[in-house]
Amino acid sequence: MPAFMRRTTQIATILGATVALLPASAHAQDMRHGGKLVLTNGISTIEGASGGGLTPWATIAGNSTKDGIGVQASATVAEVEDYDFRSASIAIGIFDRVEVSYARQMLDTNWVGGALGLGNDYKLDQDVFGLKVKLFGDMVYGPSALPAVAIGAQHKKNLDGAVVRAVGGRHAEGTDFYASATKLFLSHSVLASVTGRLTKANQNGLLGFGGDKSDAYDFHLEGTLAYQISRKFAVGGEYRSKPDKLGIAREDDWYDLFAAYALNRNLTATLAYADLGSVATVPEQRGVLFQLQAGF
Amino acid sequence: MFSIALLMALQTVPADAAPAPHAMPGEEPVAAYAPSNANAGARAFAGDGMAKAFGGQAGIRRIVDTFVNRNFADPVIGEIFANHDQVRLRRTIFEQFCFILNAGCDYSGRDMRNAHKDMGVQQADMNRIVENLQFAMAAEGVSFAAQNRFLSKLAPMRGQVVER
Ligand code: HEM
Repeated sequence: MPAFMRRTTQIATILGATVALLPASAHAQDMRHGGKLVLTNGISTIEGASGGGLTPWATIAGNSTKDGIGVQASATVAEVEDYDFRSASIAIGIFDRVEVSYARQMLDTNWVGGALGLGNDYKLDQDVFGLKVKLFGDMVYGPSALPAVAIGAQHKKNLDGAVVRAVGGRHAEGTDFYASATKLFLSHSVLASVTGRLTKANQNGLLGFGGDKSDAYDFHLEGTLAYQISRKFAVGGEYRSKPDKLGIAREDDWYDLFAAYALNRNLTATLAYADLGSVATVPEQRGVLFQLQAGF
Repeated sequence: MFSIALLMALQTVPADAAPAPHAMPGEEPVAAYAPSNANAGARAFAGDGMAKAFGGQAGIRRIVDTFVNRNFADPVIGEIFANHDQVRLRRTIFEQFCFILNAGCDYSGRDMRNAHKDMGVQQADMNRIVENLQFAMAAEGVSFAAQNRFLSKLAPMRGQVVER
């Protein structure tokens, strides 16, 4: 097992043990496992939060409702023109209110690593610890004008501090803060989600936080628009605007088009075409993203 | 023979619980309430598009039958339905769906808060009933878009049905 998977497994075990202990709370009599409608926990973002693939939604991970505790885990592979990206994540959803997540990200720089003097196939790694709280509203039920609204934070720890400094990044750690509003407009079978994020992250943090151009927090908008074709199948697109703080490498906004299919109550497969723009000096990074997500 | 049955029926029904309006033979009496289409909990769709998408009253009746059968037989929520008046439920649910779908009915049942009071319905039960309805609508060949349009009328009633 590669180190990155081993670390994820360790953290999964710790989170799992926490879940096992929690039901001893006051809610014990009414505790119920599972019961969410299929697909309404979203998939897992590359940062570990439940939502779309690139941007979080105001959803809480796992299949449990407000009467239970759920878990979701994912493995994501993205193969763009010159890079390979992997992420693995685990998230716990507590009473459909609080979500605690962890993701391990890895970017294989292939030949670009050599060109940048890091060595061919140099891999950048990052840990992302997430916390999200649903404040009010509901994605499916209640008035159609009232979306689910959540706020969250993602603390990111880049594990390649030397590279971060070499490219002009100011910090190897950073925290993003965001707020999301998500609604499934049943009358049109359309899901819309909007997220506003305060961030300093360069390429999600894989190139560190802050840069020679600026070390201030920027506000960025992200969103998902999807159409529900059936109970189990949805297609859509996502957009994520990004900071541009490194002098040596222009950074572009991200886009994707995706199709997500619930194989059953517990497994969702997502295939996407992603356009990441210019990444670490190399433009036109487009390719395919695949994710398998398990929810309980 | 008929008069004896009538006499027995009159004896078992307490005087203060007169049968609700529209009540059909075989229904148990319920506490008095004022019937009104407003009790259906949603305004009807305009036009006849939705009624057609659901196969008119005949289609709606088949959907309601499948839906009610499934709810009573359901391993998760069947327990909540057990001992409730299935004859009345079949009629009132049909009226409610038919009214909302603008298929030419009036709703004579209770409002959603009253009908589900103290039932202990949890969110997972609500989702389960939605899945049973989705099954019933799909079995009648209702398109997924039309299914969701109908659900958009029911989804806002969640707060009247689910407790806490
Ligand atoms: C938006 C969702 C729902 C709608 C539109 C709805 C609709 C109705 C209607 C029209 C009635 C008949 C009222 C009357 O007798 O006057 C009824 C009764 C009933 N409903 Fe629901 N219902 C919903 C959700 C649920 C859920 C989630 C459950 C439980 C899992 C449930 C269980 C029952 C039961 C057991 C009765 C019979 C009550 C009695 O016999 O007194 N309903 N519902």
